[in-house]
Amino acid sequence: MDTGMATMTAPPQELLLEASGIAKTYGSVQALRSASLAVRAGEVHALMGANGAGKSTLVKILTGAVRPDRGTISIRGRDRTVHSPAEARRSGLISVYQEPALIPDLDIRSNLRLTHTEVGPFRHWLTELGIRDLSLASLARSLPLATLRIIDLARALAAEPDVLMLDEMTAALPADLTERVLEVIGQKHGGQTSVIFISHRMIEINAVCDRATVLREGETVGVVDVAPGSEDRIVELMLGRLVDALPDRTGLGPGRSQGEAVAPRIAAHNLAQGTRLADVSFDLHAGEVLGVVALEGQGQDELFDVLSGSVRSSAGRLLVDGRPVGFHHPADAIRAGLVYVAADRAEALLMQRSVRENIALPYTASIRSWGLIDLGQERRKVDAAVDRLQIETRAGREVRQLSGGNQQKVTIARWVAGGVRTLLCFDPTRGIDIRTKQQIYTLMRELAEAGAAVMFYSTDLKEIQLACDRVIVIFGGRVVNELTGAESDEPTLLRAAYNLRPDARMPEEVAAEVVAQGTGA
Amino acid sequence: MSDATPARGASDVPVRAAGAPPPGGTAAGARSVGRNLLRERPILPLLALLAILVAISELVRPGIVGADWASVMVRAAVPLAILGACQTLAMLTGGIDLSVGAVASMSGFVVATFVTSPGGWQLGIAVAIVAAILAGLVTGVGVGVFRVHPLIMSLGMSFVVLGLANVWQLLKVQTGTGTPDELRWLGSARSFDLLPNSLLVFIPLAALVFLAIHRTGFGRLLFAIGDNPIAARLSGARAWQVLIALYVVSAVLAAIAGFLYSGLTNVASVTLVDSQVLPSVAAAVIGGTSIFGGRGGYAGTIVGALILAVTSSLLTSLGAPEAIRQILFGSIIVVVAAAYTRVTADR
Amino acid sequence: MTAATARPDRQQREPRESLRAWVQGNAWTLGLVVVLVALLVVTKLIQPRYGAPGLQGLAISVLPLALAAAAQACAVISGGIDLSVGSMMALANVVSAVLMKDQGPEVGIAVFIGVLLLGMLVGAINGAVVVATRVPDIVVTLAMAFVWGGLALLILPTPGGGAADWLKDITLGSVASEWIPKAAVVLLVVVAAIWLPLRRSTIGLSMYAIGSNSLAAYRSGVSVSRTKIIAYSFTGLFAALGGLSLTASTGIGTPLATAYTLQSVAAIVLGGVSLAGGRGGLFGPIVAVLVLQLIRTDMTLLRLNTSLATTAQGVILIAVVMVGTFIQLRRSRA
Repeated sequence: MDTGMATMTAPPQELLLEASGIAKTYGSVQALRSASLAVRAGEVHALMGANGAGKSTLVKILTGAVRPDRGTISIRGRDRTVHSPAEARRSGLISVYQEPALIPDLDIRSNLRLTHTEVGPFRHWLTELGIRDLSLASLARSLPLATLRIIDLARALAAEPDVLMLDEMTAALPADLTERVLEVIGQKHGGQTSVIFISHRMIEINAVCDRATVLREGETVGVVDVAPGSEDRIVELMLGRLVDALPDRTGLGPGRSQGEAVAPRIAAHNLAQGTRLADVSFDLHAGEVLGVVALEGQGQDELFDVLSGSVRSSAGRLLVDGRPVGFHHPADAIRAGLVYVAADRAEALLMQRSVRENIALPYTASIRSWGLIDLGQERRKVDAAVDRLQIETRAGREVRQLSGGNQQKVTIARWVAGGVRTLLCFDPTRGIDIRTKQQIYTLMRELAEAGAAVMFYSTDLKEIQLACDRVIVIFGGRVVNELTGAESDEPTLLRAAYNLRPDARMPEEVAAEVVAQGTGA
Repeated sequence: MSDATPARGASDVPVRAAGAPPPGGTAAGARSVGRNLLRERPILPLLALLAILVAISELVRPGIVGADWASVMVRAAVPLAILGACQTLAMLTGGIDLSVGAVASMSGFVVATFVTSPGGWQLGIAVAIVAAILAGLVTGVGVGVFRVHPLIMSLGMSFVVLGLANVWQLLKVQTGTGTPDELRWLGSARSFDLLPNSLLVFIPLAALVFLAIHRTGFGRLLFAIGDNPIAARLSGARAWQVLIALYVVSAVLAAIAGFLYSGLTNVASVTLVDSQVLPSVAAAVIGGTSIFGGRGGYAGTIVGALILAVTSSLLTSLGAPEAIRQILFGSIIVVVAAAYTRVTADR
Repeated sequence: MTAATARPDRQQREPRESLRAWVQGNAWTLGLVVVLVALLVVTKLIQPRYGAPGLQGLAISVLPLALAAAAQACAVISGGIDLSVGSMMALANVVSAVLMKDQGPEVGIAVFIGVLLLGMLVGAINGAVVVATRVPDIVVTLAMAFVWGGLALLILPTPGGGAADWLKDITLGSVASEWIPKAAVVLLVVVAAIWLPLRRSTIGLSMYAIGSNSLAAYRSGVSVSRTKIIAYSFTGLFAALGGLSLTASTGIGTPLATAYTLQSVAAIVLGGVSLAGGRGGLFGPIVAVLVLQLIRTDMTLLRLNTSLATTAQGVILIAVVMVGTFIQLRRSRA
């Protein structure tokens, strides 16, 4: 109503939310060392950081889902450490998550009542956000995800919080709604509500944010005033200097690429699945490691699900060794030689079972192997795999007692024990130590040397160059770029991943350029 | 970016993050030893509990504990331990089988109706086992293929089996019924006044169950499906095959338990074993098999059945009414389950 | 669902839209009502003399199970399950029978209220144990079934006790017209007085919320543990009412009522309450109980073996759940 008054009472320099010295350790992993965040009244503040920088941990601490080990949080100068979203809400901080916090089995009216939200202001914000004809009697589960996210946002706005935290608010939204959302957030400048804005889309950051806090390796490394051209500075801060401890690629042979006569191990033509994987085509040859680079949620999850047989593609063709295949179950993919290493070890491992049982799992999966287990043979196989991957434990231990790195080695050992033809690695080095990472790159190279085809998606862009012969970049469910291993340094990849180059080049052009460079050198 | 999900029934403060090591330090040292003991070798504390119960029995009635007493305990525990095997197998996959009572009663009853028919009790046993297999097949298809919650599926099957057994009873009422002498010999008699004859069935059966759980690919898959169905699927396992086989095996075991019960009690009734369903779940829970799946084994269940049998007899000798026995059973289950949950919670 | 589809006639559309949403949301219950009516017609065709006394008998015979189903529904809607419903009913039954025997109506009323409070307390203990130990609901309530059943047995080892006369009268006969059985009115009043306000309250919403998606509920500021304990105390309340209805209809206390536990689970599943939590209400389960009882009646009238009714109950339960789960599976894959 009286925005003029609001700007008067809340001068832009006043700090609304201040978090400093936040630290959090999970087991042996230090997720946050010393993170700080200062949000001024009435500003839109971007929280930036590459994957694993500690962004999500900081968000969880701010919302009360996780308790910090150290550090203070204050809102309007008063010390506030919250222990649940309910408390955070009472102290003036409301979050809008990627998964809407709406109860699927309740209608919208009841969902509003659950958070004591008035219908009037909710309607107002809903209209502002571009949805005019919503029936409050509709069940949340009957509405599309994009609508639910808008409803969640409108509900949060209607509560007039001091701080509104938006996590990837525009993901999964169609273009017109995205525009409205950005417009509404943009109007928040100078208002009573401050916004913490988390997004992977630089264009949006530029459009709506006043300042950006950048996290790297669990620390706040800089606060940037957002202006045209500041994305370079942000990317620079996100990258930091290259860590000395990084393994180098010396001693690893170059990938072999086979002659044109041999059909590629995997040939994907126009694969599509769900809302995110739109149209992806690529070839994967025996003897090479193919890197995949993408920001979160660009369709790479769906791509790996299709290749591993977890989900059926909705369109496109998949050829393995030149023969068309259709996987109904992961068992089909495994039979075709495509085996999958997941990033989420909780998804891949039997946490309460022993290392031995975990590694041997694929060999008891078929109904033909339901009988007595030849324990001697199994032990030999498992021990060989444990040796090859240098898993530092005895095979009888429960997997959940192992370190993250050793757990990940177990998921790989499972497939290596039987001989690999095609290895699909989805961010296999997430959250594990540098030494294990290096062992995993080495293993991938060795497998490729031995004739296997390896596909390697990583969120840690530094890794790509260390292991890959070739890289494809996926953005918005499509392959937007293809690079050689040699040119895939981190800054180049990061730019490519954000699709920053306005003249996104076609793979053919890239290939042509690569050839030209090769002859030039 | 997702918060720690508050576990169902958990407090609002999310649980410690995954991968956090159990709190160490010298102060917690002794506790953590007990904790590890319970986690790695649950059978030892269970045996200790059993020993304590035996000691209390001796204290209450000096001189009562002896070979004769022990053999009566074993005889009472054997059929319960077999039903406990059904629950153990089902619970390893995260399921439960509430149809064991109806299937066991039906089997014992069907045999009794064949005593005076041509073909005799042997044919009766064959018919009962075939009927049990069919019941298990239906349950298995419901759980494995149609993904019906095992609790509901087996509950529904128990109604179906009970109803059909009743129909059979009406059809057969004119031919007369009676538990065959052979089953009475097996279920209630003892050799050399010491060894219960039911051990003749139980020992090989227990060995088979133990072997199936720990030494076969099938057993590995039971654990795998219960521990992490996604991981099992990603490794190429097809859960429906395992679940169908599991519920068929469970029904056959229940039928065998039913033969022993009808021999033990010399009663042929279509509801004979119903009261043993919840104790069979209790035996498995006390024995350390997790109802979430993925953790447990048969040895614990056998000890669990013994603990229930000894507790029962102890209370009887104390002159405590049935009521006290039930209350104590209930409390033991809660306390033991809470202890297991506590030591295995850090995931 | 964007600005492009905006229509001017929102005022007109809203009621019709919400009616359609209501019909869609309650399709299962409406279907059950149709089945119930069809069964009543069939009953009348089989036995032309089936009339008011038949309805009265039906209402009295379903009362305990209907209340047991209501109790179970509270637990399941909020994402749990209560295997101690039958034992809690037995406990309420024997406590009321012991205390009411040979006492005046005033004492009877005090006992009635006391037993309801006891039910809520017992239920709250169930919930608190679930929350405190983090042991799955099914295990805790299975164990508590022993405890409450044992307590009932301790209080009254053999059937006995008595009921206040007004309590016995409350379910017998009819009100106003012989076609309106008293027992049915009692059931309606109880449900209207407890369930309708609860369902509309924030507590009721929270129960649906934690059952439907506990993470979303937590993020919306709902206290998951507190809501769980409250839900279980309502389960206890309905179970106590069920126990009192047993006292009323039998006139004595019987320390064994465990059959109601599993039947209540069957009834709520048939009544459209999702075992996954968050979906369903009380109306569906009550209609389901009526349907099950009428099937039994019809089979008796047809001189069919009543045990076939048990079989039928099992087959219906399995078939309904199989089809339901299968449809859900298909939908989630599409």
